[in-house]
Amino acid sequence: MNQPNPASRHFQGLIERGTSRRSAARVRVDRAFSLACLGITLIAVLALVILLASILIEGASGLSWSFIQNYASRIPDQAGIKAPLFGSIWVASICAIVALPVGVATAVYLEEFAAKNRFTNFLRINISNLAGVPSIVYGILGLTLFVRMFGLFGPVQNPAFEVGGETFAIYYDSMGEPLRVPVADRNETPRLVTGSIGYMQDIFDGPDGELIFTNDWSPIPLTIVNADADFSPAYGVITVDNAVEPIDFEIEKSWYYVQFPFGQTVLAGGLTLMLVVLPVVIISSQEALRSVPGSLRAGSMAMGATRLQTVWKVTLPASIPMIMTGAILAMSRAIGEAAPILVLGVALFITDVPQNLMDAFTVLPMQIYNWTSRPQEEFRALAATGIIVLLGVLLAFNAIAILIRQKFSRPLQ
Amino acid sequence: MSSPQAPEPTDHVAAKHAATSSATATEATKPTAICIRCRSLNSWYGDFQALHSVELDIPENRVTAFIGPSGCGKSTLLRWFNRMNDTIPSARADGEITLDGENVLDPRCDVVDLRRRVGMVFQKPNPFPKSIFDNVAYGPRLHRRYSRNDLAALVEQSLRRAAIWDEVKDRLDQSALGLSGGQQQRLCIARAIAIGPEVLLMDEPCSALDPRSTAAIEDLIRNLRDQYTIVIVTHNMQQAARVSDRTAFFYNGALIESNETDMIFTNPGHRETEDYVSGRFG
Repeated sequence: MNQPNPASRHFQGLIERGTSRRSAARVRVDRAFSLACLGITLIAVLALVILLASILIEGASGLSWSFIQNYASRIPDQAGIKAPLFGSIWVASICAIVALPVGVATAVYLEEFAAKNRFTNFLRINISNLAGVPSIVYGILGLTLFVRMFGLFGPVQNPAFEVGGETFAIYYDSMGEPLRVPVADRNETPRLVTGSIGYMQDIFDGPDGELIFTNDWSPIPLTIVNADADFSPAYGVITVDNAVEPIDFEIEKSWYYVQFPFGQTVLAGGLTLMLVVLPVVIISSQEALRSVPGSLRAGSMAMGATRLQTVWKVTLPASIPMIMTGAILAMSRAIGEAAPILVLGVALFITDVPQNLMDAFTVLPMQIYNWTSRPQEEFRALAATGIIVLLGVLLAFNAIAILIRQKFSRPLQ
Repeated sequence: MSSPQAPEPTDHVAAKHAATSSATATEATKPTAICIRCRSLNSWYGDFQALHSVELDIPENRVTAFIGPSGCGKSTLLRWFNRMNDTIPSARADGEITLDGENVLDPRCDVVDLRRRVGMVFQKPNPFPKSIFDNVAYGPRLHRRYSRNDLAALVEQSLRRAAIWDEVKDRLDQSALGLSGGQQQRLCIARAIAIGPEVLLMDEPCSALDPRSTAAIEDLIRNLRDQYTIVIVTHNMQQAARVSDRTAFFYNGALIESNETDMIFTNPGHRETEDYVSGRFG
């Protein structure tokens, strides 16, 4: 018993064969490494601080209520960010309303219902791949899919399908003012006759003698005169040769107006951003569902719950904080995206807030990009102010994410 | 182990006993019906055969303990009783498990209804991240609509039966996750009995608990025996001896022996059983 057996002695010899490392040196290296890591972390933080500081210095002075309230303008002092701010809110809302249910439903299917076979594996891998696709590619997809709809419904300017809009043909009367005449659709050229009703935009004389055009249109009787007839110019008077082809068509859109193809509208923009964030929403929802312990599912199933009841009453409620966090972080990515919106070809100079899904729009990053690319120094300052607004919106979204997480996760503790 | 060990001798004695003194006929020794009947049950996980032609009768309103070393198939058998093995894609079984004359393994068997009749308590307490009330009300709400008062009464009765009412009655709206492990397990038992099952399956219900909570659960199991048929899987032979009326010993996927618990522990019919219960292996 006292004699160590040869095998054990050999084992001890093996352990001692290595040359010993000095303990003090190892501790020093450890400390140096931790310092190096701290330094590298500080570089990233420092870059962010410098960025924020420079933007605040340049842009904070321009931040005012009128900046938020004003629309785009050629004059820097009067330029504001209202249209892109509301455009971003509209687009992000549409994106959230569509991406959240679709993404969560996909994740629920893949995690809770789908059998683990080659097909679902293929789906999973491809969704991960989609998350890595550059957003500009989604912009091109959105352009063909939503803006143009593969050309299936005709050109954007003359959509084949419209609901909820009133179409007007535009003529100029002998005073040079635009006149609207109601028509059934854009393919119809109205045959104008004297006495029919047209609509003229209300005009007021401003205090400085400037004419102010409103968005209200008043009915006015039309008078069609021969071109060679002797007449004095008046509102509502159109000569016969001018009354053949309308100058343009205009749509007055009700709130439920829809056209196919969508064109460069809020809906197309929101759906395009939905494509960008959908893979991220799916993946984060999958992670969230996976984090729910299987014992909870088993507990529910063992009481006779169906899979749907289990998902609805146990799995989803338990994973909602994580799902919402992931979704809102995806939303803030959507708000910051310029590339896909740029590809859609939206107008930059928007002087109105979107009223319905089929209105033109622009978004904050597009406006910022537009201002930075102008030569005047004043517009660069405006860009910096715009960035502050954009960051404010993003921070608000992240704050909402944190609040939701805290609110929902409290009963879990 | 070709023929099942039905409790005939006991029944015989009980019948005689009842005949001679009718005053004690309501004792626990009165003849009991068979609740679950397994016939030539084989089970596989993929290519691995986990159970080999098991023949077993589980008497009604008794506690039956499944003992045996790890991987011997006792949990697999338990999980076939309420078809929880359905959640494992590679698991399959043939043979018959009848509950009240209905074959549980029949693909046409309504699993939802089966699981309402056969409740289950798991190894680790798994309360939902909901309030104590909602945990117990979860099962009933799945199957029926209740008025607020009925549901409250049902929750209270379930918690009382699970001997946890006094500890939680003042905090029914608080999270179940704030309870201790033993309380959580009793809550899970309350949750299981709230849907009115005939059978309660318990898969090592005390293995994650301290001795004190274990004692509480064991008391509870003994008290529930009158109303439910209980099948308990346990690694702890003392526990089997303490709580069960009958014991089935499994080894390597086969049912070696099943008999009255004191017979298994004092006079086992097989060498393996004797070795296992005397602690020589396992």
